[in-house]
Amino acid sequence: MSDTHAHSAAFVRTETLPEMPPPPGETGIVKWLRANLFANVPNAILTLVSLWAIYALLAGFIPWFTNAVWSAEDIRDCQAQLDGTRGACFAVISERWHQLLFGIAYPQDQYWRPILAFILLFLSAAPLLFSKLPRNLLVLTLIYPFLGYWLLWGGTIVAPLVALAGVLVGFAVYQRLVTGSFAMGFFGGIAAAFVAWWIGGFITGAAEGVLALEPVASRDMGGFMLNMILGTVCVSLSLPIGIMLALGRQSDMIIIKWICVVFIEFIRGVPLITLLFVASVVLAYFFPPGTNQDLILRVIIMITMFSSAYIAEVIRGGLAALPRGQYEAADSLGLDYPQAMRLIVLPQALKISIPGIVNVAVGLFKDTTLVSVISMFDLVGVVRGPIFSSTEWAGVYWEVWGFAALLFFIVCYSISQYSQWLERQLATDHR
Amino acid sequence: MNQPASMTVSDEVAIEITGMNKWYGQFHVLRDINLTVNRGERIVICGPSGSGKSTLIRCINRLEEHQKGKIVVDGTELSSDLKNIDKIRSEVGMCFQHFNLFPHLTILENCTLAPIWVRKIPKREAEETAMHFLEKVKIPEQADKYPGQLSGGQQQRVAIARSLCMKPRIMLFDEPTSALDPEMIKEVLDTMISLAEEGMTMICVTHEMGFARQVANRVIFMDAGQIVEQNEPEAFFNNPQSERTKLFLSQILGH
Repeated sequence: MSDTHAHSAAFVRTETLPEMPPPPGETGIVKWLRANLFANVPNAILTLVSLWAIYALLAGFIPWFTNAVWSAEDIRDCQAQLDGTRGACFAVISERWHQLLFGIAYPQDQYWRPILAFILLFLSAAPLLFSKLPRNLLVLTLIYPFLGYWLLWGGTIVAPLVALAGVLVGFAVYQRLVTGSFAMGFFGGIAAAFVAWWIGGFITGAAEGVLALEPVASRDMGGFMLNMILGTVCVSLSLPIGIMLALGRQSDMIIIKWICVVFIEFIRGVPLITLLFVASVVLAYFFPPGTNQDLILRVIIMITMFSSAYIAEVIRGGLAALPRGQYEAADSLGLDYPQAMRLIVLPQALKISIPGIVNVAVGLFKDTTLVSVISMFDLVGVVRGPIFSSTEWAGVYWEVWGFAALLFFIVCYSISQYSQWLERQLATDHR
Repeated sequence: MNQPASMTVSDEVAIEITGMNKWYGQFHVLRDINLTVNRGERIVICGPSGSGKSTLIRCINRLEEHQKGKIVVDGTELSSDLKNIDKIRSEVGMCFQHFNLFPHLTILENCTLAPIWVRKIPKREAEETAMHFLEKVKIPEQADKYPGQLSGGQQQRVAIARSLCMKPRIMLFDEPTSALDPEMIKEVLDTMISLAEEGMTMICVTHEMGFARQVANRVIFMDAGQIVEQNEPEAFFNNPQSERTKLFLSQILGH
């Protein structure tokens, strides 16, 4: 170029320059090593130190893992089998896996029920998580909460059926009234559902033994199953409640707005653990005398309130990030408020909020272990109670905690991977 | 200036604004606006920035609320009644400076959304209509893309098609070419001209004076929240009456 300028200002290129290979040493493994591992002296030192650290870690861990004892009667038997060599005592897990997974009191011959419920959870969540699946599979999603309840808690099938019927009646009434106004449909639907449940209560009372599974009391739920129950129920409830709170906080209706603001700010200002103590001790005062509400139910209410306040704030961020023009375009086309929210605003705001929502969901799932503090035997409760205080396994720490951590990691990592996949799927703006 | 036969103006009144005032807090943005637009009229509103042009047309479909006076659109008076507002909005199309397409929906979905949900038209029929209008704005081949994949000019033409899919009786344009590269302004103006030739009632806020000369049958000049001057384009450009208009025209046509 420079020599062309030397001759004259005018320049016309008549042919394209041929493509040439890059100079040697600028491609392949040598280039990669030089660029990424040994770029300069400090860089090379850091590389060597890191390699040594990885080696030291693995050198300690691999023999500990491969020498492990998988079947033993107790910790002393374990140590006898190891005979002085360093090794893990995974026998505690093969011995107590059922307590870790299902808690101490769930009847052993009924384990197929939580297992089936667990498998069905994936089948019924799939149509929600993957929009490419046929839409009529959503029926499965609708049925699952009732089916799952029946499988886990047992009792007659009539109870969950009545609950389902109540929801359907409520929805039908909502559909009928919503053309008039949204508020009328919303409250009419709720009222209709309560009437249906009230009537259904008599039927359930009369049909005690119809298709009954062996009933399992709530206090017998435990282990990782309890964490899964709390996590799934609370996440799936707190998302819609969080959306409503976030929209309520933006509302022009001043009273609704302030109710939402006060709720969110109060819940966010209080530690979850205090809410759980409230659930276990104080909440009983608020229910009518004589009714003894289930502890799991009370805990679910508290955790849901807690996480929905956080999700509401995350979604508010997404709503705020949306350009004003989107609302105006929706308005100018004649969409009414529910349509504009459902079709234009929420799909975009929720997409922006995915990382934050997942953050809350993962945090919430791990926080379910806090229920061990109010003496529920979830995974952590089982480890700290029946396992550590038993004469057989007192003193086995790494193996049990490692197993507990692994279970949580699998679930949380999957959620995080799914959310990243979902974000890529929904990326429509910069393709 | 000879215009196609279809560009005639009927006696029927499409929009009637009488004694309309608007404030932002204490700030008086629109002062005593009186404006009657007949069906088939094409009006260009111009004026310096901050003169209230955009606010005026945004009051017509109540994206902004006026505090005093009366706006009647298609025989329906704008009031705080939500049903009334949604009805008027579905009759009045609007194009924005920044297009405001829905980025999470394809071009076709952008165009069919309002007909399906507001007009309750079956999906098939709405898609046919949408394709018809996308052909009219000359981008049917982009139907399955997302707005982010289109150029600014294409996006604005989609925005026009999206409004047209609601079969509006009135179209409002809020500086439709101000955010575009010079190369793309023409394609959008061409679309608007062909719309005018079909007899659409149009109110355009724009600084494209060539467009105003070619299609408008009235040019309105606004300053400081009031209508300063209005006239037919020839007279407006060649023989402006007020000093303010003369200054404005010399500034935008002078270079």
